[in-house]
Amino acid sequence: MRIERSALPDLAFGAAFLGSGGGGDPYYSLLLAEAAFERSDGFELVSLDDVADDALLAPCGWVGAPTVSVEKLPNGREAVDGLRRLETLMGRRIDAVLPIEIGGSNGLAPFIAAAEMGVPVVDCDGMGRAFPESQMAIFNIRGLSACPSVVTAACGALSVIETDDNNKHERIARALSVALGGIAHMVEYPLSGAQAKATAIPGSISTAIAIGKAVREARAAQGDPFEALAAAVEATGLYPHCRVLFDGKIVDLERETRGGFSVGKVTVEGLKSPGHMTIEFQNENLVAWHDGVLRAMVPDLITIMDSETADTITTERLKYGQRVKVVAAAAPAQLRDAVALSFVGPEAFGYETSFIPVEHLNPETRS
Amino acid sequence: MRIGVDVGGTNTDAVLIDGARILASTKQPTSSDVRTGVAGAIAAVLAQAGVASQAVRSVMIGTTHFTNALVERNSLDRVGIIRLASPSGEALPPLTGWPEALVERIGRRLFLLPGGYEVDGREISPLDEAAVRAAARALREEGVTSIAVSSAFAPMNGAMEERAAELILSEHPEARISSSHAIGRLGIIERENGTILNAALSTLARQVMASFVEALVDLGVRAPLYISQNDGTLTSSDSAARYPVMTIGSGPTNSMRGAAFLTGLQNAIVMDVGGTTCDIGVLAKGFPRESSIAVDIGGVRTNFRMPDILAIGLGGGTRIHLDPALYTADRLDEGALRIGPDSTGYRITSESRVFGGDTLTASDVAVGSGYASFGDPLALPEMSDAVRRTIWSQMQAVLANGLDVMKTAPGDATIIAVGGGHFLVADDMPGASTVVRPPHAEVANAVGAAIAQVGVQLEQIVDYDHAPRDEALARLRGEAKAALIEAGGAPSSFEVVDVDEIFLSYLPGRSAQVRLKAVCDLEEAAGGEAPAAMADIHHAY
Repeated sequence: MRIERSALPDLAFGAAFLGSGGGGDPYYSLLLAEAAFERSDGFELVSLDDVADDALLAPCGWVGAPTVSVEKLPNGREAVDGLRRLETLMGRRIDAVLPIEIGGSNGLAPFIAAAEMGVPVVDCDGMGRAFPESQMAIFNIRGLSACPSVVTAACGALSVIETDDNNKHERIARALSVALGGIAHMVEYPLSGAQAKATAIPGSISTAIAIGKAVREARAAQGDPFEALAAAVEATGLYPHCRVLFDGKIVDLERETRGGFSVGKVTVEGLKSPGHMTIEFQNENLVAWHDGVLRAMVPDLITIMDSETADTITTERLKYGQRVKVVAAAAPAQLRDAVALSFVGPEAFGYETSFIPVEHLNPETRS
Repeated sequence: MRIGVDVGGTNTDAVLIDGARILASTKQPTSSDVRTGVAGAIAAVLAQAGVASQAVRSVMIGTTHFTNALVERNSLDRVGIIRLASPSGEALPPLTGWPEALVERIGRRLFLLPGGYEVDGREISPLDEAAVRAAARALREEGVTSIAVSSAFAPMNGAMEERAAELILSEHPEARISSSHAIGRLGIIERENGTILNAALSTLARQVMASFVEALVDLGVRAPLYISQNDGTLTSSDSAARYPVMTIGSGPTNSMRGAAFLTGLQNAIVMDVGGTTCDIGVLAKGFPRESSIAVDIGGVRTNFRMPDILAIGLGGGTRIHLDPALYTADRLDEGALRIGPDSTGYRITSESRVFGGDTLTASDVAVGSGYASFGDPLALPEMSDAVRRTIWSQMQAVLANGLDVMKTAPGDATIIAVGGGHFLVADDMPGASTVVRPPHAEVANAVGAAIAQVGVQLEQIVDYDHAPRDEALARLRGEAKAALIEAGGAPSSFEVVDVDEIFLSYLPGRSAQVRLKAVCDLEEAAGGEAPAAMADIHHAY
């Protein structure tokens, strides 16, 4: 399927929503993708079903601080440098690329790499949302190796990571990104078409585009963007439940850095909803309580959006006084099984509670 | 005594203020000649109060000139654009995402040169001085004098941009340089966009500021001139001549600050009704609430501090679309009536019915219903009470809708109604607990300009492991205070109004991006001597 230029802002919107507050603001990625689109013959998106089992696929994306990424912009060589080196390491050509995470700016990044490499993007990703660490990818959960992995930077520096411990890989990559100025491009978890079919989150890119399109059309028709959002999120079945949990205004915000992450808590006071909603985050929004009652938890998606425009407000852009709606969506089923939850469930983030699906916590909520 | 002036697209308002007392005010049509228009408004308030021009201690002007120039794409310079960040950023050159029509006006003269800083302060690449000189020579030969310079992480360290400016001037002495570190916050694309817009306004800014100064000279006003900025604070006219883009959006801010001053209310919703629109904004602790989303200026994304304003297409000159045959009907069918959004704008004084024209406007209905008295009520067409009431309540519904969108708390809100069309906000408007209509409401924007404070916003990334948090904040506070005193602020009134910390994820240690915003009251010059800033103004043009 050819991706039209007009689909890029839709993808950016959908990816921002699926970022669950993390993954960075996709605006710069969107500009980069539009610039790359102008230079190329267009972008090609292929269904995961249509990928050959013996194809070589390369998940890629940026690793680093969103705050740095809005100041130190890419050179444009980073992705191709990394992918070409991976081809050398693997001794064969890459057949297609995919985003390591659909959420945030990384949802768009592979299109730029793909256009430069002359390969398509596969309609899937490794997280179904955004997560703060590389080993939270479904590929690690299902036992694939992150390596060989290639980290590259604007200055031309290139590092190959070889380790069979995916947690160690994450730590090394994190350290490299800091040494390279806080932002770097990474190619990781190279996998076959058959492996991708068995593990990747399918259809997440086309779902993101559909979400953006639905909201854009609702705005143009003066409709309720949140109703359109919820309907579009649920439509493909990948995220089977989506609701506005709360409508209010940010009255408190605590944020600090702990273990290299932005950790904090935001409190929203009800305007149209009674009481308060509190959301804790670690780069991404993790858990939401309404007056002390659990309403949503990771890996389900919790996204804070501007209550007028329905634009996603990423955690680093949260600000006192903003009027917001808190929207929750069920995570893809792949992230909700017992094995996956041990990597990306509430316990993996230090919570004592076990995972309860958002649709069980909010049986009656309507958007 | 201070004079505040607001130069809008339609009207030029002026007020004369002594302490907290408003001695005189005027509202005049904006003239196409800036100098005589401003001089006329100032002369009018001086004459009204019987005050000599020498008694004026300071003059504050808010203007929409630069907003209009960008929106209409008029009077813009061609710009040479130098970015110091390579090899970083080559994938996203300057002007990406700009409207093509605007790019045509300013040209696409780009120099992507080595330089810039990393987040930890290291250089991305050393500055290539020869390349900067070569770019300056090329621009000189092309006759391009307005130059925008940006570099990565310049808000943390502006040294490289400053060095580049020296090099450019040494090769191209006529150059007018806009540096990004003086203009925007983190986010290089938005900051660079603002810098390029600023450079494009260079010539117009000097002309407009010179006209303001000439207007004061014409009147014998020997007082420093300050210009309103988008965050409601003041800057010197000298600084506004160099950084005109910082004044964009000052109008709504001035109205809201003026409304707070005139009523003494610190928390309320301000509805500023002009000729064409009603601008609704939220006052929190006496300042406008800022917008949380990126601000587009003339189709270009920027990250300026701007008030969160909802503009609704209903003002005094708004046309009421209704078949005249229905003016005397007993009732109106759904769809028979439409309120605007088109407006007579500044032609209201000739086109609306109360002024002898033949267009039915919102003001006509207000006069006919007894909510306002001006013009000639006898010139109004015959209209049934039912029709008049229907039009009026529909206008109130339009305003109430906007109010509802901007409300920050459930329940009814305190409304301050200002602007020339404030009478369109009814005392019993749905959603309002009280509607406060202060004296001089129609010139609240000029009042806001007159009472504005000087302000500064600093932004730095601080590593709290190396500099303890208290020390780092104290140092920033010191820098802010020094900058405000330099700008004419009274040290005793120094106040930090906002500290915003964002801890940077992924970086080791406790690194935070800190934004500190501070304000000062202006030191009113004690004697008759103009402060040094005034002398600079005269030399600058």
